[in-house]
Amino acid sequence: VCCLRHATPAPRDRFASVDTHAHSPLRSMRLRTYVTYFLQLEAEMEEYGAGDLLSEAMCAGARVVVVEDCVEAPAAFVLHLLLKRALAAGGGGGGGAALLALAQPFSHYDRVLRKMGCNLSMHRKSERLHFFDLQGFPGGTQGGAIADSLAQLYSAVQRVVETCRAGENAGRFTVMIDDVSLLEVAANGSADDVLDFLHYCVTLTSEMNCSLVVLIHEDIYSSEDGVGLLAHLRYIADLVIKAAPLSTGLATDVHGQLSVVNKGMLIEQRPAKGQKVWSFHFKVKENGADFFYPGSRH
Amino acid sequence: RGLVVVAFDRSPEVYLDIMLRHGLDSNALSRCVRILDCYSDPLGWKQNIRSEQHQEDSGTPCSTNKDTITIFRSVKDVDKLSCSIIDLGRGFEGEGKTYFSVAVDSISSMLRHASVQSISGLLSNLRSHDQISSIFWLMHSDLHETKFSRAFECLSTMVACVEPEVVDSVYGEERRGDMSFLEHNYSKAKFHVRLKRRNGRVKHLYEELCVEGYDVKFISATSVSIEVNQSLLPKVQFNLELSEKERSDRANVVLPFEHQGKGEPIRIYDGRRSLPEAHQDPNLTTAALLDETEALKSANPKGEIHYLRDSDDERPDSDEDPDDDLDI
Repeated sequence: VCCLRHATPAPRDRFASVDTHAHSPLRSMRLRTYVTYFLQLEAEMEEYGAGDLLSEAMCAGARVVVVEDCVEAPAAFVLHLLLKRALAAGGGGGGGAALLALAQPFSHYDRVLRKMGCNLSMHRKSERLHFFDLQGFPGGTQGGAIADSLAQLYSAVQRVVETCRAGENAGRFTVMIDDVSLLEVAANGSADDVLDFLHYCVTLTSEMNCSLVVLIHEDIYSSEDGVGLLAHLRYIADLVIKAAPLSTGLATDVHGQLSVVNKGMLIEQRPAKGQKVWSFHFKVKENGADFFYPGSRH
Repeated sequence: RGLVVVAFDRSPEVYLDIMLRHGLDSNALSRCVRILDCYSDPLGWKQNIRSEQHQEDSGTPCSTNKDTITIFRSVKDVDKLSCSIIDLGRGFEGEGKTYFSVAVDSISSMLRHASVQSISGLLSNLRSHDQISSIFWLMHSDLHETKFSRAFECLSTMVACVEPEVVDSVYGEERRGDMSFLEHNYSKAKFHVRLKRRNGRVKHLYEELCVEGYDVKFISATSVSIEVNQSLLPKVQFNLELSEKERSDRANVVLPFEHQGKGEPIRIYDGRRSLPEAHQDPNLTTAALLDETEALKSANPKGEIHYLRDSDDERPDSDEDPDDDLDI
């Protein structure tokens, strides 16, 4: 299946190419059964996150993932994809996620992930998903109390992670923050407090089999005088996923390019091939996203 | 001898793991390494949570390393940090005076919690402590203003810079988002060391760094260092270098005190005209000529000078300072 995937483009296109190249009805029928079989297999693999370029670049051991985006190429879809995979966590039992949402209300994520085939309401009820509605964070407190609010938030997150670990679920837990730039705004611009909070979340990853995924808007910091949150996050990250627009401008088939830098501090995080930097194009769809190497799309 | 690691950026187990992988056995580790854990709970949040939940203080998460790892919970208090480092260092066993080294990972994280002045003060205090033999720290220069990086460089006797091989200024704004050049940078880098000697001279060393798995290799880039040395000469409109012919001629020059004569009479110039010139001068009277010849014959060598040249290949502007081994 892997050979087939690399040799030909995404499922839908492969199906289309079979039709156009088939010369006889019998041959096209036989080809179609093969293709359907592989399509189903690939769909199953996709559901468990084992099929596409992004998961190949990421590899299972990444602890701290920083997703960078900009206005021209928003990367919220990466968060949605990772959230879906965290909740699916194939291989029987395990997984779980905590979503610290400053950008959107729960209904938004519910709607988006439902189209991707993931029922957030159900997961929330069954306590596999812990949703923190932080649109009003920190809620009235000011000044030095920001650090306290963040400490309390951390305390809540740690409790959630501990209870999840204590249960039968021994799988990887994911803490997701959407997004850090808004967290900095909520903290009245105090990057130090936000970094302290993030540092404590990072300690969770080393102590409690947990992953941290944060989204940050890179274009906010590009013209800053001082060194902003972005530089610190790049140092903390094990994996950096950067979404950027194409240099050639807008296109219907390709929405942008994704660069994945796998810094892999610990040996189990290093991808098998040893490659550290991946660069490919993406297209955002209703039910997910396609990742492909430049030029392999019709 | 021992090492105290002040760990801010990574979990203490990571350092122990690295040392184990590099061949240090666990006995040696527990004898010689102490880690001040400023990573797990730098601000005491976790301790507060535990006290709120009325839980017992479980101490370090990993019980097997209780002696090696000490948790530190108040990173904003620089004085307390300083005392803790020194206390850990004093705890090393050994006869007589035990010296220990201090490693800080990293100063950039410390600077988030305390001011530049207080951390400079901490480093100065550690430096002047009579039991500390060396201190080394890591600093991410792009996380701070240049003046702060410089302040810490001034404190140090040696500065080692790891610089990227490929710098992305080539791409600039054109290929935004394309980070494929980083692939090269993650395994190779330029390593530049600036050493400050006691006499004030500064020595530069250039090497190339290569990372393969867990190993880091240093390849000395001698070609690079030669280029740098040549560029240290001032740029003027005349040539300060010697060509090959000039160098060989210089090697062939016989220095005045290096020989006792080639068999010809030794003429020590005393301000008068040389004898062959005197012969050719038609105005000179015979008497004066006789005088000069006599003076020459009576000039017997009364003293001898034995001259032994120091070293042949010592270039005049070489970096080696012969006074370096003086321990003043």
